[in-house]
Amino acid sequence: MDHAETLQKLEQRFGTLRTSEFRDNLRIIVRPDQVAEVLRFLKEQLGFDFLVDITAVDYLHYPEAQDRFGVVWCLLNTASGERLILKTFLNEPDLTLPSACSLWRGADWMERELYDMYGIVFEGHPDLRRLLLPEAFTAFPLRKDYPLRGRGERHNFPVITRAES
Amino acid sequence: MAIGLPDSVFLAKLDPLANWCRANSLWPMPFGTACCGIELMATGASRHDIARFGAEAMRFSPRQCDLMIVAGRVVMKMLPVLQRIWLQMPEPKWCISMGACASSGGVFDTYAVVQGVDRFIPVDVYVPGCPPRPEQLLQAVIDIQDKIRETGSVRAKEFFRRTRFEGPEMVAVRPQEAIVSPGDYRTATRFWTELNIATDKLGVKTVFPELQSH
Repeated sequence: MDHAETLQKLEQRFGTLRTSEFRDNLRIIVRPDQVAEVLRFLKEQLGFDFLVDITAVDYLHYPEAQDRFGVVWCLLNTASGERLILKTFLNEPDLTLPSACSLWRGADWMERELYDMYGIVFEGHPDLRRLLLPEAFTAFPLRKDYPLRGRGERHNFPVITRAES
Repeated sequence: MAIGLPDSVFLAKLDPLANWCRANSLWPMPFGTACCGIELMATGASRHDIARFGAEAMRFSPRQCDLMIVAGRVVMKMLPVLQRIWLQMPEPKWCISMGACASSGGVFDTYAVVQGVDRFIPVDVYVPGCPPRPEQLLQAVIDIQDKIRETGSVRAKEFFRRTRFEGPEMVAVRPQEAIVSPGDYRTATRFWTELNIATDKLGVKTVFPELQSH
């Protein structure tokens, strides 16, 4: 199966899609409300059985960007070796997306990491907690409006002097 | 002798005796979190052989150690662990901050990395380098031994006087430095500390507010 066939099947089902191609990767852009259906179709009908990665981009201050966040799913069909990239755009305040955990078990920690770093909420995720940062952290540090050196989290600890220890 | 002791008995003060024992039998707690930890292992291995200075008994249980070697960067999630381990070590105890990251945060000037462990635990000797060579760490051990011999006492009185914070002075940040454009390192927050001023103006909630009083 090559990109043309994949795209044709996708467009039969979902109508015309915004696409682009880079090197060997077909990129498809969908609306957030289409994501759940498109992912399920890709997994169950088109054989994209391996979720390589989920990641996000913050387009704040990005030249000519229309939307705040982009979320990217990288998929691989292990039978044919075809790679496909699915992308969607989100804007505040509605930063929710459907979880892909029921399709690919490996989406679990990827979605938790996105929640941790960008504050994107995946509905239907079994256990959406922070993955890397401490539970008490209140910010989402990979957002572009978060200062590089933080808001003092790294200095916010009790000080132990010699006499106390 | 004047008071009639036999020849095989010596009279000495207790303090130098205790210092002699402690200085030549340091038990390091290897808190290795990064590449400095590899150099720490090399220091313990045969080529450099920290056993020549009596400090070869590395123990991963803090209750058996009296010399903490912080080797590597410490992130904010790790710092409570570091503090707890430090508090669990029995007195008298000393601390070596090994390498640029442990001493000052090094190149990792980001939100998650603590900018020097001396801000939160007392440090006796700093080792520069990125990472330092084993010889430098051995020199630090020798310096700790000198410090013990010169200032130590049998009841560790020298520690009780040190009630004040010994870390670096914090510089308050200007409010306009709290928020940066992406990638603009020149205006990023350098120090936080008493800068609730900045957060209040931005309407930002401080993390761990219950610890602010310290």
